[in-house]
Parts: sequence; structure tokens; C-alpha cells
Amino acid sequence: MYDLVKGLKELPTEEPLSPGHRLCPGCGASIVVRQVLLAAPKDTVIVNATGCLEVSTALYGFSAWNRPWIHSAFENAAAVASGIEAGFKALGRRGEAEEHPIVVFGGDGGTYDIGFQALSGAIERGHKFLYVCYDNEAYMNTGIQRSGGTPRGAWTTTTQVGSAQSGKPEARKDLVSIVVAHRVPYAATASVSHWRDLMNKVRKALSMDGPTFLHVMAPCTRGWRFDPSKTIRMSRLAVETRFFPLYEVEGGVYRITVPVLSPKPVEEYLKLQGRYSHLFLPQHAPQLMALRRDVEDDYRRLEKLAKLTGQLYASTREVASPQA
Amino acid sequence: MTQLEMARVVALQGDEAVAEAVRQCDVDVVAAYPITPQTIIVEKLAEFVAAGRFGGEFIPVESEHSALSACLGASATGARVFTATSSQGLAYMHEMLYNASGMRMPVVMAVANRALSAPLVLNADHGDMMGSRDSGWIQVYAENVEEIYDRTIQLFRLSEDPRVMLPSAINFEGFILSHDKERVRLINDETVRRFVGRPAPKHRLDPKEPLTFGAIANPDNYYEFRMQQAEAMRHALTVFDETESEFEALSGRRYGAVDAYNTDDADKVAVVNGCAAGTMRAAARGMNSGGERVGVLAIKLYRPFPTGEVASHLRRAKSVVTMDRSMSLGAPSGPIAEDVKSTLRGAGMNQPVTSLVYGIGGRDLSVEDGRKILSLNGKEASPDDTSVMYGVKE
Amino acid sequence: MSWRELEEAAVVRGGTSSAYLVSGWRVRRPVIDEAKCTNCLICWIFCPEPAIVRREGVKVAIDYDHCKGCGICESECPPKAINMVMEP
Repeated sequence: MYDLVKGLKELPTEEPLSPGHRLCPGCGASIVVRQVLLAAPKDTVIVNATGCLEVSTALYGFSAWNRPWIHSAFENAAAVASGIEAGFKALGRRGEAEEHPIVVFGGDGGTYDIGFQALSGAIERGHKFLYVCYDNEAYMNTGIQRSGGTPRGAWTTTTQVGSAQSGKPEARKDLVSIVVAHRVPYAATASVSHWRDLMNKVRKALSMDGPTFLHVMAPCTRGWRFDPSKTIRMSRLAVETRFFPLYEVEGGVYRITVPVLSPKPVEEYLKLQGRYSHLFLPQHAPQLMALRRDVEDDYRRLEKLAKLTGQLYASTREVASPQA
Repeated sequence: MTQLEMARVVALQGDEAVAEAVRQCDVDVVAAYPITPQTIIVEKLAEFVAAGRFGGEFIPVESEHSALSACLGASATGARVFTATSSQGLAYMHEMLYNASGMRMPVVMAVANRALSAPLVLNADHGDMMGSRDSGWIQVYAENVEEIYDRTIQLFRLSEDPRVMLPSAINFEGFILSHDKERVRLINDETVRRFVGRPAPKHRLDPKEPLTFGAIANPDNYYEFRMQQAEAMRHALTVFDETESEFEALSGRRYGAVDAYNTDDADKVAVVNGCAAGTMRAAARGMNSGGERVGVLAIKLYRPFPTGEVASHLRRAKSVVTMDRSMSLGAPSGPIAEDVKSTLRGAGMNQPVTSLVYGIGGRDLSVEDGRKILSLNGKEASPDDTSVMYGVKE
Repeated sequence: MSWRELEEAAVVRGGTSSAYLVSGWRVRRPVIDEAKCTNCLICWIFCPEPAIVRREGVKVAIDYDHCKGCGICESECPPKAINMVMEP
């Protein structure tokens, strides 16, 4: 049970994030945070892995967080969240504290790679928290190095472009599939451009009694090489080209929440980013083709999964219903 | 101990004693990962959970790094937390040891000391905790199971004291103490609960007052935050003493930061930590009854190092032999040796110190070995002043 | 500051970042044409800072102390009521 977000005016006017933080102008990460926290209850407790978001918002003497917030290391946000959940539970039994919703913010670095184990362990154990992976598709905080979430063909400082290589050779991990394989009650993708879809997914996730996961694009003006004013446009194009489909998986049932029936060509999205500019040169054409194939294959697979799981579980699963 | 305080006398393994103490101490969250020889702690706690005898939450984490991370998170909510590990597990959580201390989280941890890989071995030496001795944790070494039980209870009080707020570790040799059954006079549940009270941290994760934990520092203030920790470590010496006094009042038992046997009358004193202290005392007693004059100084509180007490107990000795159950490869001598040597020099004392290494990888130390060690002529044993590798097969 | 005065364990009170002014980061600043503005709040939901302030009964305003001049608001404003102009 949760309240649907219908319009912006109903959202709280009290800001969960204070300005004056040191994130780049046009940073996608803070837009993710603002939208997630505006949709979440006011008593949300936050765990943050090391990364762009954490270092820029929590300097000694200058914290942007108007919520209880904790950071300790790069790879353990999900483990710390497990401990907080247990702490509230145990103290709650004594009447010494109350339980509060827990939201974890981890970048693609802290989620796909170094933080992967802690995430897997925490969601396998079934702790109740919402893990939000804000994905800027590389280790941006340390200077744009590749991560397991960097798309095929992207330039990063550790997947450079030259005669011997066309940016990142490998496709990125299918993070949501991995999370879904842990049999979590809910996992979804979201984009800040589609704020209503994002916020309703946050509310739905927080209404569940167990680990939930949100994979959100956080376009990075610095690392992706585009003008800071285009962050939302970038996010929107990713959805409209099917590069980043918006879907949810609830109790194993896949549903595309923002169907893209007539996708724009993926090149329209790629050509706006300096990190993909080499793909438009003839010598790197094979890589562009491979990337285009990744996008097409993934979306087709998603459509099939939606159809298959919808039928498979139709009679045996209940889906969380909003109170409209 | 009065009838009121004493519960019963039982035979417990070191690991079991830890679990019993944790059960009694109103611990809110335990997050631990099994590793030989600590596994019995985790399994015993799991038994308590299943029997409804443990009131807290038990998180079967997927690694030691996550164990300490979960403890840190729970501690931030104001909960009392505990974990346990050994060897590779301690090494795996090494990063988080510094984190827990820097964030001033009063985590209590039991370490069943086991030698570090490689090569892999399951048996005891102090290499694991010594490898993390600079992490800002209070470190206590026990020499028998009853002491392990008592220290575990004491450490919750010590760590959570507002003048301290540093994590602490109770160390005991793997298999030798973790697995051997010894007599323990348990204190009753209610008395232990009253002794440890409830944690009352200054800061906690609470929506009523949104605080930011784990902010980033800079060269202008990092040094000062470390200084705060150093100061807390210094306070720990006093609070340790106070805690022992209060514990003595309800149990009749007190161990001290050091245990001095015959140090006032000895020509030669062996300085040792861990369970070898008992062996050394047995050897010394035999030698003294035969007319010799030897003493044994057991280090129980290792960090903060009780320099004052160590210096005063070694003042009358004509020579000192330090015993390290770990090796600090490339250093002039082992950790205990270095700490004792600098303590003596700092106090203006000049006795010859023979540094000796023993018991590596679980190599046994007998009473006969103890006699040999106390009979060593430092100059003969080590003409070039390097450490004596006692017991190594040449 | 002396180590005795710093907050133990570097704990910080939330919301203190607003003491840091970022106006110096800007090259251009957004200006809202009140006549065109419909108070739809789209600029507000997309602002990364946030430097767009919602006010009771009045249309949104720019918080120039905390605006970095990224231009997302101008880019996304549906009635094109926001214009980025060069800093004087």
C-alpha cells in the first residue's frame, strides 16, 4: 500500500538535500537523490557509499543532508544498511528506538564492482532497505575510469580509444537481472527525466517488506562529455532510444513501465556525448554496431521476459497495489 | 563473590565463554562470519538465538569486512554490537578496523588469535592482531578462559564510556584457549546486565536530529581528529582501571593491565602476553624455589600500552627478555620487544633486553622451554642483538 | 581549530552545506520571466542543487547564492520562461 505521486505540487516543500554541495553543475546524481528523497518519507535514514555523491555532499562542517546519513567505506554500504536495520529492530524491541525506512545510495562503482558482494549478501539475507544505484557509468569520482556498468564502446581513462581499442571492449553487467536472481520482492530501473515513474517506483519499493532495488541513470556532464544543461535531455533520450529501458520486476514479473514503441535511433543519444564520438569514425564502426546490438537485444529480451513472466506467475503472484 | 552475584561454575571453552558473556551483556546486534578457530562463538550464539535466549539480532553476514561494517552501522543507531574473528578474517576487515575507531564506534570484538597466511595454518600466534595493532582499537590479551569471560564483559563498559568511545578487542590464542575447556565461575545474568547498563552515545542516527556520520576531512583537520583518538586511547588507561575496580567489587576478580610475578625480587624478568604467561610463571616458580631469582611480567592491556606500570615493574631487573608470539619482519625485533625497549629507554632505564620470538604458527611452549628462556644468556643467545628465534628447527 | 574544539568523530549537523555559496561558480545565470512562468515546478524537480525555491502562493524563485548556472532549468522549462544570461 502506498500513495501514488500524481503531481509536483503535492510533494513536500522542505528540501531533503540542501544546496551548497560541491557536485558539478548539472550533475545527474543529485537530481536522483532529490527525486528519491522527495518521494520517500521524511524519517528516511541514508547510507552512502564512497563516491561522487558522498564526497561532495558531506564535507566536515558542510553537510547537504537533511536526513540522518552515514558513510564509512566504498564497498560496504549494503552491509552498513544491514546493521542499521538490525540495530533499529533490536532497539525497537526494547522501546529505545523506532524503525525507519532505509535508503542506500551507491554509485555504479560501489554497486556493480567493489560493493557487489555486500549488496548480494544483504539482499540474500532479506534486509528491508531500498538500494538506489545512481549510475554514471564509470568511476567518476576518481577521474572517469571504467566500471562494470560502463557501456560497450564508451571512452574512459582505462578504456581508451586508439588503433588497438574502441573504448570499452565489454558490454556492461545486467545489474537488475543479477538482483532479481536474488528473488527480491522488487527491482526496477528509473530515469530522472521521467520523475513520476521514478517517484512511484520509490514509493512502491518502500512499501515492500524486504530488499528492493532501483537502478537509476545519473548522466555525468564531465565524464560523458556533454553540456551541463543537457542532463535531463540525456536521460530522456536514453529512455526514448531504448538504451535505458524503464521497467520493474515485482515478485519475478517483468513489466515495462514506459514502453517505447517507436524508438529513436540510438545514435541520436550517442552523438551528443563526447565519450562516444569515436564510434562515428569508420574504423570504430564495428563497435558502434556491437553497441547498437546490445541495446536491441536487451530490449527484445525485456519484452519477451515481460510476456513470459506475466503468464507464468499470473495466477500465483500478488502485486503491490497503490491506493489511488 | 557473594551468593547473589555468582551463578554457577561450569567448564567452558574459550569460544563458549565469549558467547555466554555476549548473551548476558544485552548485546543488540551480532554480525559475524565463521573462521577457525572462532566458529564456536558464532555457532553458540546461533544456538542461543534458536532457543530464544539471545535478545538481539544476529546477522549471518557474508564476509568479515561486512561483519564489522554491519556492526558499525548498528552502532550508529545506538545499539550495542559485537563481532568475532581470527587471522584472515581480521586481515579482511583491516580497513574497517580503522574506520570503526575513527568513527568512534564502541564495537567489541573477540579475536581467537591465529597465524596469518601464507602459508596457511590454523594454529595460534599473535600475528593477526599485531598486524592491526595501530588501528586505534583497545587490545586486551587473556591467558585463561575465565579471564576471557570477564574481559568480554568489561570491554563493553570500557568501549562505551564517553571518555573513550573506541572499539576494543579481547585476544586469546586459537585452539589453546578457544577450544580447551576450563573452569569458569559465571556471574549471574542480572548482575552482568546491571554492570554493563545500556549504551548512551552522544550521537546516533535519528530523524529527530539529522546528523551526518563519516564526513570527509582535509589536511586542515584530519590530524586533529586523530589527536582526539589518541586522547581517547590515553583516557582508556584510567577507565580500564576504574572498570576493573567495579568488576572486582561484584566478582572478586581483578587482573590488572599487567600481572607481575616476582618482578621486585628478580634479576631477570620475562615479558610475555597471552597464555604463555602461565607457562612462564610455572617455569619461574620452579626456578625460584631452586634458589634463582626470575620474574614474569604478563602484558594484559596491550593498547593502550601501560608504559608506567611496565617501567615500574622492570626497574629492579638486571636483564629483561621479551617474548613475542609474532614476527615483525624486517624490524629490529617483535612488537612486544619494541614497545618494552622504548618504554625502558623512555624511563631512563638501560638494562640489556633480549628479544625472543616463540610459538609461531602454533609451535608449542613447554615449562621446560620456559626454564630455558629464563636461563638464556642474552649475549650468547644473540651476539648481534637480533631476535632469538626460539624453537625454530635449524 | 584545536583538536579539542572539533566535533568528535567528525560528525556534522545536517543542512550545513548551505553556508557555502556557489555563486562564484557561474558563468551564466537563469532569469525567470514571471509573465511566462506557469509555476509548473518542472525547473524545481530538475534542479541539481536545489537552487529553485518554492514559495507559498507565489511563483518559484532562483536562489542565486546556490545556483551554479548549469542551465538545466532553461533547457527544460516548458513555456520557455527561463533565460540564461551572462554574469555581469
